[in-house]
Amino acid sequence: MSKLIINREIVDNRWTRVVANEQGEVSLPSEGAVLVPYQYWLANRDALSNREVAVCFAPTDEPESLPVDANVFPMIACEFPAFTDGRGFSIGRLLRVRYGFKGELRAVGDVFKDTLNYLARCGFNAFEVRADKDINEAIKGIDDFTEFYQSSVDVPSPLYLRRPVAA
Amino acid sequence: MYIYDDYDQKIVDQRVAQYRDQTRRYLAGELTDEEFRPLRLQNGLYIQRHAPMLRVAIPYGHLRSAQVRKLAELARKYDKGYVHFTTRQNVQYNWPALENVPEMLAELATVQMHGIQTSGACIRNTTSDQFAGVAFDEIVDPRPWCEIIRQWSTFHPEFAHLPRKFKIAVNGAKEDRAAVMVHDVGINVKLNDAGQVGFEIFVGGGLGRTPMIGDLIKPWLEPKHLLTYLNAVLRVYNRYGRRDNKYKARIKILVKAMTPEVFAAKVEQEWAFEKDGPQTLTDAEIARNHRFFTAPAYESLAGDDAEFAAAKAANPAFARWVERNVFAHKVAGYAAVTLSLKKTGVPPGDATDAQLDDVANLADRFSFGEVRVSHGQNLILADVKQADLFALWEEAKRIGFATPNIGLLTDVICCPGGDFCSLANAKSIPVAQAIQERFDNLDYLFDLGDIDVNMSGCINACGHHHVGNIGVLGVDKNNAEYYQITLGGRQGVDAKIGKVIGPSFAQEEMPDVMSKIIEVFVAHREGDERFIDVFDRIGAEPFKAKVYEGKPIRKEKADV
Ligand code: HEM
Ligand code: SF4
Repeated sequence: MSKLIINREIVDNRWTRVVANEQGEVSLPSEGAVLVPYQYWLANRDALSNREVAVCFAPTDEPESLPVDANVFPMIACEFPAFTDGRGFSIGRLLRVRYGFKGELRAVGDVFKDTLNYLARCGFNAFEVRADKDINEAIKGIDDFTEFYQSSVDVPSPLYLRRPVAA
Repeated sequence: MYIYDDYDQKIVDQRVAQYRDQTRRYLAGELTDEEFRPLRLQNGLYIQRHAPMLRVAIPYGHLRSAQVRKLAELARKYDKGYVHFTTRQNVQYNWPALENVPEMLAELATVQMHGIQTSGACIRNTTSDQFAGVAFDEIVDPRPWCEIIRQWSTFHPEFAHLPRKFKIAVNGAKEDRAAVMVHDVGINVKLNDAGQVGFEIFVGGGLGRTPMIGDLIKPWLEPKHLLTYLNAVLRVYNRYGRRDNKYKARIKILVKAMTPEVFAAKVEQEWAFEKDGPQTLTDAEIARNHRFFTAPAYESLAGDDAEFAAAKAANPAFARWVERNVFAHKVAGYAAVTLSLKKTGVPPGDATDAQLDDVANLADRFSFGEVRVSHGQNLILADVKQADLFALWEEAKRIGFATPNIGLLTDVICCPGGDFCSLANAKSIPVAQAIQERFDNLDYLFDLGDIDVNMSGCINACGHHHVGNIGVLGVDKNNAEYYQITLGGRQGVDAKIGKVIGPSFAQEEMPDVMSKIIEVFVAHREGDERFIDVFDRIGAEPFKAKVYEGKPIRKEKADV
């Protein structure tokens, strides 16, 4: 079973992620927890209702379009097709702050040490580190910075509300 | 000037550690070129023609003398003994070794400097008026607001990987010396009738391949909402900005595609959720940032210094320097001085380590230990007593920084071009030098008055050629270097993109072309009219007629 980081621990990945093939078709394994593309879920909600299902937002998917409370999902993933595609940062933040998602928020795709700190600050608490990268090294990236200027999901108050101000 | 506390220092130190580790992993093969590239860019490290190039941030162009000395030391230790000041108020090293960059950044951190977000697809170093806080025409000091934006934008996690680079400029004076209209976000700090501070927000300006003037999307924003509003702008851009085509990825393309009205409405919608949220500025934080930008210990002086007036009367060369390089100060008896980095024969914007050390000494002696970098690639001593100007002038002459040409034809803004930049289509430095040599007669230059000449070695427009009164753009024609001329551009409150006048010229033709443009100007000039005013009055035709006189008419696709 593949490994991932959840809440700063390296654990087994119990979700099977399915993606559309070149024809845009999605085929599900017969059992187990599945992580499906958000668009696929939108189109097949009823059929999926008896499965343990999580959705994966592509960078173009809009959390605004969620027809249900985000918290019906035990896990929501955001896909980073390239680590330089920062749309998922905004999506994660919106899911947490605007839509109040409390469950596991997972970054998948081009995920490795150097973005974990930013991802964590946008509300991600789970990281599916790329298979060819050392996950034990990657986990340290969460703490590349321990002090931040601006408001974020993990530490909402900006530094100026936390910084003792000399008179 | 903003001084770090333990928090700021820790953030910069952690960045040094992070980048040291990234460099180590890259050299060990654990990071590919492709992975390392965006990471090093966000630390200011480009790979260039000869070597890597390191761009160091100078937030809103302010330096303390100790920082200037450190820049000099690094130039000696890790480079070839000089640095290059850019139009974005930053500084570049052209020859560092990649292996040494972590150490350079560590040394910079000891004087509260770094390369954070000087490149890459993130919010870049915020720029401002080089005379902020001292300009006679200032309405509101923009620097505390620049600093507030600097902190908010530093490692902003949501906007760490935008579709493209993002530049913010802030102006608080009547004149706009920060070029706010050609920035992704341009901010004018204003006062209303009740004397309250507020912001005017422009978005979608920029140069490069598709030059555009920004659109006003918010005529009045209350200060406490500055960061929540910027968050909203950036979020709309981050989500909807184009990522499929690097040339269409800037916010200006999004604003144009949506229309400014729709874009503004989208921002309002987004802002509705952010407004009054945790990032709302507090009075205490606004006040804290203002405390860093209070006036230095000025002496109380009577208006114009008598000895200074006498020195001007007795020494025409000094008077000339004062006229061009000395700027009116809001405090009686003081002046702001521009040290010209545009001496003929020296690449515009370059300074040697020895010159930097000298400038640091001058700053300590004459200007409360502070130096500034201007968007025109010159250095500024902002708080000089009029009574000290003569002594300063003599020192500046000795260093080679007293060329009395600020705002004149030879004060060329020029990118590094083909000599250093691997993106260049043509060299720009030799062309700038040839023009400087052609117009070496100071009296003549002086008579010509204000003319902005801006040169870029390629379409990226680092030298802002679109907004030069005379713009020069290096283009590549069948592997030969050619130069295209634009006329009528300007920056400032009435910013405008210049128009290409026709087919481009070979390098050796350029001084003649420039002479012909100037001849037309002189022939049509009434009184002391500025070049740009003559251009507005007579249009491009007379200039075209003269520079293409006797040339076979070639059809050429304009590259702009
Ligand atoms: C040799 C190193 C440099 C490289 C590789 C470089 C690269 C670039 C690139 C790729 C762009 C295009 C951005 C776009 O498409 O909008 C650009 C624009 C720009 N660069 Fe540079 N540049 C360099 C040096 C400089 C220097 C020395 C200056 C200042 C003198 C400068 C100031 C600017 C400015 C002001 C823009 C403006 C464009 C805008 O706002 O749209 N760059 N540069
Ligand atoms: S304008 Fe072009 S040639 Fe000049 S520095 Fe910018 S990218 Fe390089």
